[in-house]
Parts: sequence; structure tokens; C-alpha cells
Amino acid sequence: MGDVKSIPSPAISADERSHEVDHPSSQVAHFGAEQPLRLDCGVDLTPFQIAYQTYGELNADRSNAVLICHALTGDQHVANVHPVTGKPGWWETLVGPGRPIDPKHYFIICSNVIGGCMGSTGPASINPATGKVWGLEFPVITIPDMVRAQAMLIDRLGIDTLFAVVGGSMGGMQVLQWTAAYPARVFSALAIACATRHSAQNIAFHELGRQAVMADPDWHGGGYADQGIHPHRGLAVARMAAHITYLSDAALHRKFGRRMQDRELPTFSFDADFQVESYLRYQGSSFVERFDANSYLYLTRAMDYFDIAADHGGVLAKAFAEIKTRFCVVSFTSDWLFPTSESRALVHALNASSARVSFAEIETDRGHDAFLLDVPEFLDISRAFLQSAGKARGLKDG
Amino acid sequence: MSVQEVLPLGGVATGQSGDFRTDHRLVAEMVKPGSKVLDVGCGEGDLLQLLETRGIDGRGIELSREGVNRCVAKGLAVVQGDADTDLVNYPDDAFDYVILSQTLQATRQPRVVLENLLRIGRRAIVSFPNFGFWKMRLQLLIGGHMPRTENLPATWYDTANIHFCTIKDFVELCDEINVKMERAIALDLYGRPIPLNLPWWVWNMFGEQGVFLLSRGGGK
Repeated sequence: MGDVKSIPSPAISADERSHEVDHPSSQVAHFGAEQPLRLDCGVDLTPFQIAYQTYGELNADRSNAVLICHALTGDQHVANVHPVTGKPGWWETLVGPGRPIDPKHYFIICSNVIGGCMGSTGPASINPATGKVWGLEFPVITIPDMVRAQAMLIDRLGIDTLFAVVGGSMGGMQVLQWTAAYPARVFSALAIACATRHSAQNIAFHELGRQAVMADPDWHGGGYADQGIHPHRGLAVARMAAHITYLSDAALHRKFGRRMQDRELPTFSFDADFQVESYLRYQGSSFVERFDANSYLYLTRAMDYFDIAADHGGVLAKAFAEIKTRFCVVSFTSDWLFPTSESRALVHALNASSARVSFAEIETDRGHDAFLLDVPEFLDISRAFLQSAGKARGLKDG
Repeated sequence: MSVQEVLPLGGVATGQSGDFRTDHRLVAEMVKPGSKVLDVGCGEGDLLQLLETRGIDGRGIELSREGVNRCVAKGLAVVQGDADTDLVNYPDDAFDYVILSQTLQATRQPRVVLENLLRIGRRAIVSFPNFGFWKMRLQLLIGGHMPRTENLPATWYDTANIHFCTIKDFVELCDEINVKMERAIALDLYGRPIPLNLPWWVWNMFGEQGVFLLSRGGGK
């Protein structure tokens, strides 16, 4: 089977992608030698930059800031057209005019995480010490590192306490890390489809993805940038595998069943006979247009390492001791990546800490991805939670 | 009977008036303003909303997903959970009051639940339908079938209520596990409190439901 038929080459060149890596079309905060980012691995990252977007206005008493944390392959373009793909913001169901997180009421901030590839310093950025792309020389980062960098950005923006920190999946992990690390700086927290630690099964899926990237001959030990190429086939396979975990069997079946693509009979080859196959191939190839392979390795690793309880002597409740933050935890019935049981463990710990917590499980067959989709019950709950928190915070119309 | 003291309630309106159910208003009046309350089996959050109007910091647990989602949509702090299995996860003395309103009869282990209520909360408020109510007795005695009422309309084979008791039974259970009754009220068919100067058997016979304010006993 020729590789032209398996995974098509990306329509966007590595050059176009790498331009967004160092010179994003969004706002950028630069942190010089006087403000290094202290990483969990013991390295001080300096200088570094964080790319971010904001929507709406900060009010006079700086009490209406909402930080949106993106998931594994998301970025800062939460509610605007994406500069590379030309697609709408990735969370347009939740964020935007008339949406539960409305720029009319809130000052909305979304940053690209450290280790990402859309303008925040990461493995695809130029290492100022060598003038070359960091590649695997980039230090390993963690979820707490991402949050520490975000906190520096929030400081830079002159905000003391965030009205809300909101995120799903890896973004939800950041939400939890925010509340554990900076409890006094988070008035309310909306943690969706996430967990306080990454499960063995999830680590296993991530390892599958990383091995797919590293098995691509174009990966060149992580040094593909020097060769002017990108291991797009390996990354696309990683994305295809991950994408399956974001859906559910029922959702896949409803969408595709065993239907064939543009044909009546099987071709008796390894072409994409089934619709579900071409769908996955499309997901894989469109992903490599906007994402860097090494960044994928670093961010999946960060999720793998995440375990809030481990940082608190193995007792989860200690992470949230005496916390005043108002929590809303949401899970989805068909999410097998972050099942409800994980959310329930979090809720138990928050209850043990006497935190003010709401928890709702949303019935849907759309799997983990449900948090990004138009699921009215989820959106209603998000809106109501933020409105009642806004009332408690004294926000107008929040 | 071992009710140590039965205190009259001041200012309890009778019958169904206002936006809130009488038994909810009765319960709310038992809670000191400013307290922290856990409502177990909070349904759609009506009682929690009433408590909120009185400046009470309320949390809820509810079994049904629809109930939880309605509560969260109202801005209430409610988690989905099961009284039988989830109360063990709550630490001692986490709340000033734990409320179990019209839910005791639906638990698998009422005794364990009751013990948990008084471990988690310094006080517990429990209300339940009285199976000793004359209409219930009459249906079983004359009709010869399991009683059904307006408030408990389900048939025996599809009811969630698996542990019915009478006011007398409940008082005996409290005595057995050394729970102190601070207040006890029986409500009649119309949701009106039955005068306290009447003897216990009247309550057990004419009380359609019982509402009890409990605290931990002096120890046995």
C-alpha cells in the first residue's frame, strides 16, 4: 500500500505552521530573564512567551475575569476564527455572544499552554541559546507548569482573583490544578470531563500515540525541524487513535455504522472502504496541519504525569483543604476516557474538604467530545452555575 | 416512648400556604440561620431554595440525574449520589444539620443512614410518611391491600419506598441507637401540626407524616 493512499500530506507546509509557533497572530506575553518559569523537572525556562486571546472588557474592580483552559490539542483561539484552519473557535458552544460565557459580561482569557505550538514556548519554538528549534532538548513540562505560566500571565494582566476558571479534559486538569495551587485566586471553578489523575488506560493510549509519532521515519529522533520535514503520518495515526477515545461506540455507530464511502461493494484492498475510515483519516490529516508532533509528545506526557493526590501525600482531600472556591463538576455518561467514577472521586474529596460543590452527570451518547458539542443540558448547567457564582461575586447580569 | 423533650414550634403556619410546602417550612424553621446544612435526597432543591432565603449555606445530595441537573441549573450546590452508599464519604461534623426529608423509607439501610446523618451533622432533621396513619391502617385492615395515598401513590411492586415505618417505630429506633429527640411534630392529612398536648397514640394514628429534630444522645 503506497503512503499516498494511507495518510495524505498536509496542505499547509511546515513553514506556515512554524510561523504561528514563534509569531502567533494573537497577543503574546514575553517573560525575560528576570521572570523565569520554574518547571517541575527542575529547569528554569527563560526567556519564554505565552500566546493568548482575550474577549470582552475587564470591569472596574477586576472581578469578572474568566480563564478558559484548553484541552490537549486546543489553543488560545477559543472563540475566534482559527488563523491556520480558518475554522470557528473550538468552544463556540460555550464561549461567545449569547453563550454561557459571554464577552458582554466577562473578561475572557484563553492562553496557549506552555509546551504548545500556537505561540507559547514549546518544543517547536526556537531555543534562543542555540538558534535552533528546541525539539527534544525542550524540558519536560507538567500540568502544574502550565498553570504556573498561566498565573504569571494573569499577574501580567493585573488580575488578582479570577472569577472563574473553566476547562474540559486537559483543560479540566488545569482547572483543578489552579484551585489546588492558588485556591484564593479562583472564585469559581468549572471542571468538565476530567479527573484528578490520568488513569493507566489513558496513559496507555497516550503511549500508543507517542510510539506512532516516534515510529515515523520522518521524526528523526525529534529533530525533524532541522530536516525541514514533519512526521505527519505518525502524528496522524496518533490523532486517529486518540480520536476514537473521544467518541463512543454509539456515536460512531450513529454517525457511520458500517456504511461504505462512495461505493457499493468492498474493494478488497486497504483503501478507506468504510465511512468511518475516511473520517478518521480526515481527522488525522487535518490535525497535522495545525499541530506539531513533538508538542503532542510533551502535552500527552504532561497529562500522564498529572496526579493531584500524589502531590498531597496521596490524600486527595488535602489538595482542597479549607477551599472557598465554588466548584461545578460535570461528567458525561458515555465518556470512557474520563468516566463519571473519576469525577465522583473528585466530588467526594471536595465534600470531605467541605467545599461548595455541584456535580452533574449529563446523559449523552456522544462520548468525551460531548463537552465541545451542543449539548443543551450541559450548556444550561454551565450558564446557571456561572450566573449563581456571579451573583455571589456581585457581578451584574453575570 | 422515650422522647426526652417535645418542644412546641412557634409561628408555624398551618396547611399549604405560600410557595413552600408546610413540611419544608417546618424543617426550615428548625434550622438556625447561618448554619451549614446538607439535604440528603434534595429532589429538585425546593427545600434548599427555602433555606437559602433564610441565609443558610445548603448543600444537597440527590439520586436522580434530572433532580441534580435541575438543582445545579438553579445555582444550588448539589451532587449526584446515593444516601445508602455515599454518606460514608462525608467526614464527621461536616455540617450543622443534615436533613433527610421524605427519603428514609426509600433507603436500603435506614438505621445506618440515620447513624451517618448524626455523624456528619451535629443535628439531623428527619421527616417521613407515617405508616401508622389511620388511612394506611384502614386500607390494610379493611381493603386488605398495601396502602396507597395521594402522597405515596405507587403500587407495592414499583415503589421506591422499601422501608416504611410508623412514628412509633421510628421513635423506638432512635431510642435503640441512642439518638436524642429535640423536637417531634406530626402533621395531619392537611399538613397541619397536631397539637402537642395529645397523647402519642394520637400522633401515631392521625399523623400523616412525622418531622423530627434529632441530636446525638448522651451515650450509652
